[in-house]
Amino acid sequence: MARFIILRLISAVPTLLLASVLVFLLVRAVPGDPASLMLGDLADPAMVAQMRRSLGLDLPVWQQFGIWLGNVMQGDLGLSITSRQEVLPLVWERFTVSASMVLPSVLLASLVAVPLGMIAAWRQNSVLDVSLVGLSSLFLSLPAFWLGLMFLLLFGVTLRWLPVVGYVSPVSDLKAGLLYMVMPVLTLLFHEVGVLLRMARSSTVEVLRLDYVTHARAKGLSERTVLWRHVFPNAFAPTWTLIGVILGNLLGGIAVTETVFTIPGLGRLMVEAIIARDYPVIQGCLLFIAFVYVVVNLLVDLAYPLFNPRIIR
Amino acid sequence: MGGFRINAALGGLLTGVMVAVVLVGLVWTPMDPLAINFATRLSPPSPQHLLGADEFGRDIASRLMQGAATTFTIAAAVVAVAVTLGTLLGLVSGFAGGLIDRAVMAVNDALMAFPGILLAMGLIAVFGGGRYGIIAALGLAYTPTVARVVRGNVMTLRQLEFIDASWLMGNGVVYTVLRHVLPNCMAPIIVLATSMFGWAILSESALSFLGLGVAPPQPTWGNMLADARSYFTQYPRLALLPGLCISVALLGINLLGDALRDRLDPRMKESR
Repeated sequence: MARFIILRLISAVPTLLLASVLVFLLVRAVPGDPASLMLGDLADPAMVAQMRRSLGLDLPVWQQFGIWLGNVMQGDLGLSITSRQEVLPLVWERFTVSASMVLPSVLLASLVAVPLGMIAAWRQNSVLDVSLVGLSSLFLSLPAFWLGLMFLLLFGVTLRWLPVVGYVSPVSDLKAGLLYMVMPVLTLLFHEVGVLLRMARSSTVEVLRLDYVTHARAKGLSERTVLWRHVFPNAFAPTWTLIGVILGNLLGGIAVTETVFTIPGLGRLMVEAIIARDYPVIQGCLLFIAFVYVVVNLLVDLAYPLFNPRIIR
Repeated sequence: MGGFRINAALGGLLTGVMVAVVLVGLVWTPMDPLAINFATRLSPPSPQHLLGADEFGRDIASRLMQGAATTFTIAAAVVAVAVTLGTLLGLVSGFAGGLIDRAVMAVNDALMAFPGILLAMGLIAVFGGGRYGIIAALGLAYTPTVARVVRGNVMTLRQLEFIDASWLMGNGVVYTVLRHVLPNCMAPIIVLATSMFGWAILSESALSFLGLGVAPPQPTWGNMLADARSYFTQYPRLALLPGLCISVALLGINLLGDALRDRLDPRMKESR
């Protein structure tokens, strides 16, 4: 077990290192001189020269990367050009906002989609199966930015049940915070249910075909025991991986949903930074996103043995 | 399988209608989609404006048609870029093996640690937005997925007897790859390209909605939705129509993609 954990931890290092090289090179690939980009077109040449020195732009590229990576390791992602705030606390604050929407929606989606997907597989090719698969195709076809607007129209404007736009932290005011969360969570839910239901269904279909399931049935076990004790633990693995990928993807910021509901999350921060050409923030966001993705998938992998002990070998 | 056949037929029908709209939209629209006319500002559907007019009095039907043409050509270009680059990388990586394979796959994995749309946003920060910025950004963002699928296939194929036979006949690498390996990778590539076309439509719309994609006044479904945000409480029609177009297009492509997968590659699992 310890060996499995250590090997998995080590395997994450090169991915993160390469991701940081890519993020570093990406911003270096911006046409023009970063110093004058940061200071604007009208900057005084002396200021530009000083900025170049303070950014270390007069050093060779590999040395610049070394210094930058050293700073990153110490949690120093630089300063935002527009707000002069430190990037890491800024990114972290926005991340917690995104996470407070993403975590409940992924949890709810899994609770709905996994049982439904298994039932669809169990009753493969029945009317129920075809309609569930059709429904999930429909859910996958509803873009979040449109679904969000429609929810706003229905719950916010017509029915007036929910607050329309904005964000209140559930930590500071639980009731208001939760009310503000309902529509964004619901918006995210549709797509996740669509993806997860299909995955749960297709992996269950495959497991149901295996001989050991026939054997379990032939032993006279009840259908419920066959499904929960024998099929579920094996069929759930691919879905569990997918939950990890979805979490990793969404925790990187749900730019579209955040824009519809004016939520100050990580995705919104990135869009604002791109429009303002705030390169340290763009860099910080991307690096943080890759880090979150790798860590989430690491945790998901490490949790495998909980329901499928064979993985450890 | 009756029910699933209906799904496939519906997918083909919806995609067919959309492609027809795109083909017409490329050469003809009922009115000039950019012509501003304040007399018809926000007017409801009428014989003159079949789907009404927007906040500048522009004909919504014409804008939706041209938007469809723009979105579909961008999505097609994105898929072309990703499939070409990804197939090349996958072939090289799968065949060369060893250090080259390890290096390509390491970069691939690192790129896949960024969600597709956020990687595209990062690339747009470098290339700038607009039509070509989106094509480059999304094309590059989707390349690693293609590379991974093609490499996996090549790894399996290169161990099979008919590839050994091709070597023994004295065929070169290029000939063997083009004549024997690539045709056997086509099924998964086609299945992937179909879903990717759907992702590209969705991502292009999302980027244009966020203001990082195709800039107004040139219409796309995404930026029409973004413009409609300011008016949609009084004029929900403005937001309803472009969203409906996106959903219908995606539904058609998703259903068609499922049918293709069942047909061409029954064992390919759904991922991403």
